[in-house]
Amino acid sequence: MPGRLSAIATAVLLVALAVPAHAATIEITMENLEISPKDASAKVGDTIEWINKDVFAHTATARNGDFDVNLPAKKSGTLVLKKAGTVDYYCRFHPNMKATLRIEP
Amino acid sequence: MFVRWSAAIAAAILLSSPALLQGARAADKPTDPQIAHIAYTAGVIDINAAKQAQKKARNKDVKAFAEDMLRDHEAVNKQALALVKKLNVTPEDNDTSKALSEQASEKLAELDKLSGAAFDKAYVANEVAYHKTVNGALETQLIPSASNAELKSLLQTGLKIFQGHQQHAEHVAAELK
Ligand SMILES: [Cu+2]
Repeated sequence: MPGRLSAIATAVLLVALAVPAHAATIEITMENLEISPKDASAKVGDTIEWINKDVFAHTATARNGDFDVNLPAKKSGTLVLKKAGTVDYYCRFHPNMKATLRIEP
Repeated sequence: MFVRWSAAIAAAILLSSPALLQGARAADKPTDPQIAHIAYTAGVIDINAAKQAQKKARNKDVKAFAEDMLRDHEAVNKQALALVKKLNVTPEDNDTSKALSEQASEKLAELDKLSGAAFDKAYVANEVAYHKTVNGALETQLIPSASNAELKSLLQTGLKIFQGHQQHAEHVAAELK
């Protein structure tokens, strides 16, 4: 029993150690009210960095309520992905700005 | 409003003298200095409406919306001013700008008489209608008429901003119901 427990603990620890090693930063640009790439893929543990190149403030707001990142004019914002799934997001100020994040486990 | 007004002016010119046909065509296709003036005026109108709303609005989403309009339109107009300076273009006042301004001041006066929830509703409804009108003008008239590539591109960005605002306003309007 203790052996199994410590094996699990080791496995958990290994996973925990493994995640930062593989974690990537995915850059998504907002320019001229276009989000690019419109369709981005990432893994849990990765960081999304939205780079707002516009002189207008934008947001990256998940339709399912998972996140709401404020992106002031000419500023970036980041988010560490915690949960797998496909999330549609948009800008609250300009709801015509729409994109999708595919988050793999 | 914009399109209807243009049609009315064109009709008036046509009726007054066949020799002014050329004038009617010119009215349909504004020059770059006129386009710059119209676009700038359209921004100023929405900024003034937002300033009024900041003073009078009660609902917090309406207040936030007014703040967004102020911020975005000031940013667009700042870019527009920088561009006309760079291109050495002097924005030229014209009948379309005048008609837009006139209608806007009538609307401001009308909204000024309202307060509370009635004001909120009327302001947002007008924002939906106004952005729709400007989008129509940008799409059908201003963008196709612009000859300078940078001006055209700024107008295209402006169109996307205005389309965003229209959707945002529609969303706020739906929430108010
Ligand atoms: Cu936006």
